[in-house]
Amino acid sequence: MSELKSDRKNLVIIGNGMVGYKLCEKLIEKEGGDKYNIIVFGEEPRPAYDRVQLTSYLSGKTVEDLTLAPLTWYEEKGIVLKLGEPIAEINREKQTVISSSGNRVHYDKLVFATGSSPFVPPINGVDRDGVFLYRTIEDLDAIRQYSENKKKAVVIGGGLLGLEAAKALIDLGLETHVIEMAPRLMPRQLDVAGSQMLKDKLQNLDLNIHLDKRLSVCDGNGKVEQIRFEDGSSLEADIVVISAGIKPRDELAKLSGLKTAPQGGILVDDLLQSSDPNIYAIGEVASHRDMVYGLVAPGYAMAEVVASCLTGGKKTFEGGDLSTKLKLVGIDVASFGESVETVRVSRMITFEDSVKGVYKRINVSGDGRYLLGGVLVGDSGDYNRLLHAYKNEVILPPDPGELIVGKSQKENILDLHDSAVICACENVTKFDIVNAIETNNLSDVAGIKSCTKAGTGCGGCGGLLLEIMDAIKEKKGESVKRVLCEHFAYTRQELIHIIKVHEIRAFDELKAKYGMGEGCEVCKPAIASMLSGVWNDKVMDQQMIQDTNDRFLANIQMGGTYSVVPRVLGGEITPEGLIVLGEVAKKYGLYCKFTGGQRMDFFGARLEQLPHIWEDLGKAGFESGHAYARGMRTVKSCAGSTWCHFGVQDSVSMCIDIEKRYKGIRFPHKVKSAVSGCVRECAEAQSKDFGIIATEKGWNLFVCGNGGIKPRHADLLATDLDTETLFKYMDRFLMYYIKTAAHLTRTSTWFEKLEGGIDHLKDVIIHDSLGICDQLEKDMQYIVDNNHCEWAELVKDSEERSRFVPFVNSPETDSTAEFLEERGQKVPVAWDQEEIKKDKVLVS
Amino acid sequence: MSLNKVWVEAAKTEDIPEDGGACVLLNGKQIAIFHLKSKDQWYACDNLCKHKMQSVLSRGILGDHHGEPKIACPLHKKSYSLLTGKNLNGEDYAVEIYPVKMEGGLLYVELAEG
Ligand code: SRM
Ligand SMILES: Cc1cc2nc3c(=O)[nH]c(=O)nc-3n(C[C@H](O)[C@H](O)[C@H](O)COP(=O)(O)OP(=O)(O)OC[C@H]3O[C@@H](n4cnc5c(N)ncnc54)[C@H](O)[C@@H]3O)c2cc1C
Ligand code: SF4
Ligand code: FES
Repeated sequence: MSELKSDRKNLVIIGNGMVGYKLCEKLIEKEGGDKYNIIVFGEEPRPAYDRVQLTSYLSGKTVEDLTLAPLTWYEEKGIVLKLGEPIAEINREKQTVISSSGNRVHYDKLVFATGSSPFVPPINGVDRDGVFLYRTIEDLDAIRQYSENKKKAVVIGGGLLGLEAAKALIDLGLETHVIEMAPRLMPRQLDVAGSQMLKDKLQNLDLNIHLDKRLSVCDGNGKVEQIRFEDGSSLEADIVVISAGIKPRDELAKLSGLKTAPQGGILVDDLLQSSDPNIYAIGEVASHRDMVYGLVAPGYAMAEVVASCLTGGKKTFEGGDLSTKLKLVGIDVASFGESVETVRVSRMITFEDSVKGVYKRINVSGDGRYLLGGVLVGDSGDYNRLLHAYKNEVILPPDPGELIVGKSQKENILDLHDSAVICACENVTKFDIVNAIETNNLSDVAGIKSCTKAGTGCGGCGGLLLEIMDAIKEKKGESVKRVLCEHFAYTRQELIHIIKVHEIRAFDELKAKYGMGEGCEVCKPAIASMLSGVWNDKVMDQQMIQDTNDRFLANIQMGGTYSVVPRVLGGEITPEGLIVLGEVAKKYGLYCKFTGGQRMDFFGARLEQLPHIWEDLGKAGFESGHAYARGMRTVKSCAGSTWCHFGVQDSVSMCIDIEKRYKGIRFPHKVKSAVSGCVRECAEAQSKDFGIIATEKGWNLFVCGNGGIKPRHADLLATDLDTETLFKYMDRFLMYYIKTAAHLTRTSTWFEKLEGGIDHLKDVIIHDSLGICDQLEKDMQYIVDNNHCEWAELVKDSEERSRFVPFVNSPETDSTAEFLEERGQKVPVAWDQEEIKKDKVLVS
Repeated sequence: MSLNKVWVEAAKTEDIPEDGGACVLLNGKQIAIFHLKSKDQWYACDNLCKHKMQSVLSRGILGDHHGEPKIACPLHKKSYSLLTGKNLNGEDYAVEIYPVKMEGGLLYVELAEG
């Protein structure tokens, strides 16, 4: 293998599944990771994919969607990845692995990440055609293909995975039966009552459930046709899917003489070292303190420990968390900790509502102080709170039943045990954090991070850190900053920072790592604007988190119709341009009005008309005016020195240059500008977010003015600027605003809260007191360079255009919006139906 | 009007954007259907927002309030629970909600017959 560097040690990883991949990712992030040549052998033909989401492959997700990192990623990181090439033999004396195709590689350190395979019960007939496993993409391809024209499916195993597979089979159109040997479903997580509740729910989904049944034979002529049970009964089956537990892939380890657990799995210690200190095992193949974890989170934690060990760190694995949620349509099932009877559980509290189909149970320690585990069926709304109380050993209220019945009360995070681990990655306790805040007088999460390292790993505890910070401030009577909403415990600034530092480009990713719940109308559009502010990606890419205005690139108005505002730079328009505007309005039956911003507003466009209107406008050279966006609106102009005998500079050209530079950029709120050709100020520049007034020597730049709800006269930032400096300052000012203002804060409101006021702005923008001007200019140039007219792109994209329909199931148009005629144009009927003026003509 | 309920074929699953909604016309009625990706759950309600009687809810933003799925109207951001149809801003109107089921890639909405 020529790609190996001779000055490095060889780290060989066997298995490129979820955990093996995670180890690669962690290693290259770590300092010291580069002292290894990383060589990965994978048995599957493709790079690691998200097995947890495997079922979504049947409902339309592609292999690419599921792939954790493309092949190019491994290449870029210098990782040698051999796919479809399992390791067949290990020579521990010589420290070499030998692959199925005879490749021989020396290792200094070896990691088993071979996962597990489904456990297949030793029953007659499991080798027949029509019997499948449920573990890999290939398994699912085979199931999908075979199930065509088949009617009946049977899933062996009523655990988490079996139920997931069963639901997938129903969705493939099969009558589906689940067979469970235990007297209850999900026997690892549920008790009888919980199982009963779940069974009722699943039966509503047309799933047939058979408990307490032991399989004896898969029967049929060549292929499977029937399955028979030990009690003599039988069931017809065209296809059988086995999901009866997992079996660690420790066969190679056994062959090479490593110690394995009697129930399977390579025996490892807290460093995840096997009986051979050069060999580690992680993920589903490892048996740690008698446990084999069939979940991905403990596997990831193991990957972190090994990555740390290999690079000189001191982490250990002390056991993993077993909490899980069932990923099933419409069914809430969650369990955490010791959810069923164990020796420690001496008190349990249950809540049951058979009408709503809700069952909750929590297990409490003998002294009633701690939560040991629990299960929620039918309503898992309490899950996050309970999980937190369990993981952090929160001392329970005197009546712990309150946790699952009635309204939840807000707990104070400071009531946590001092020893409660807040940051699991860096093992930082509540005491460490409170102590760091108090002794160093910290005031933000960033401070906690640098003092304690908490929050520097996966970042999942960020919300808790903030909560502690706020609770301490509150205790001291200080004001507490506003978080975005119930889904994100961060401020806008913190989120922008997170988005940049962790290169987050999607709402879902941000939510998964730093948020909770589904999001809402507050955080979704706010984060959409942050993402496009940071990356200036096409706004369309994440439509569903946008306000409807951003989704359909138009303002929604009366009757669900939209308005259309093309850009008219500087208010300057040719007669030909004017004619086109008129023609478009006529063709689509639109109401016309000049705005106060020197351009045309068309009202009354139906959703399906929008792409057509913009296609026609685009042909005549008109671009989006972004009237719907938190972005650059119009730059208003006066006549300027070209025509006006008072003018001292060409305000129209300046206006056009400014609008061209900043059009299309998203800001925390809309941004307006104006340029006046002399001190008479006909363009009202001092009422704009930034305004320019011509002087004999150059340009005066005013900032943070506003008309609107609370008018504010702009402040003078700099005088007599040449054109180049003017643009420099505008770039810096606007970028500083993007980076520091809260979502939906106009420059004027932002300014009012800015400590130091105009002097501060002068310091930052003119004197570069923060040393960021270079960066501000670069960042602005980056988004300017990536600018584009989104409507011009949209009209060319037939898939995008197909979204602009009123009904997805019918070609009809929406007829609910009604119009009257007024002064020769159509206008909508007012909200209040009585206001319909009877004498007016209704037009369509 | 008969009280019998029937499942009416409404749309293909791919017609409903993930974590978003779309409108269908069923027996002359505008019904908004939503898809919550994380739970792979489908919901349906009237497209008509009761605040100002505007047929626009399918174009709103999907989300949750303490775990309860909800839709916020695009016009004035009034929210409705997708489990009960209740307005979540404390106002006393509600929208009609309908059961949805998915079968073989098609979505069905349960409506009163007729
Ligand atoms: C079209 C226009 C009125 C007109 O016919 O002249 C207009 C129309 C709307 N304004 Fe305005 N504003 C218009 C000039 C103004 C002005 C005056 C100006 O820009 O010279 C102001 C005060 C100046 C200012 O912004 O500082 C103004 C202050 C507002 C405000 C209050 C903003 C504030 O921060 O105080 C809103 C509400 C908002 O943005 O949240 C608003 C919101 C709106 C919205 C977007 C309301 C909405 O969401 O539907 C209206 C959209 C109508 C549509 O669908 O096109 N409009 N609006 C003007 C468009 C100018 C343009 O060509 O882009
Ligand atoms: C349908 C499904 C749903 C699931 N849902 C969840 C869930 O909701 N939550 C959860 O936490 N977990 C879930 N899991 C479990 C989760 O996917 C596993 O815990 C995780 O994939 C384990 O990672 P791993 O790397 O240890 O094993 P794997 O991902 O199985 O990777 C092991 C890899 O090693 C390869 N290999 C084996 N032997 C060799 C060899 N000799 N040479 C080279 N390569 C070899 C295998 O082919 C495989 O590619 C689910 C699993 C399935 C199948
Ligand atoms: S002033 Fe009010 S009503 Fe008039 S356009 Fe602006 S937002 Fe609409
Ligand atoms: S019309 Fe829906 S909120 Fe006003």
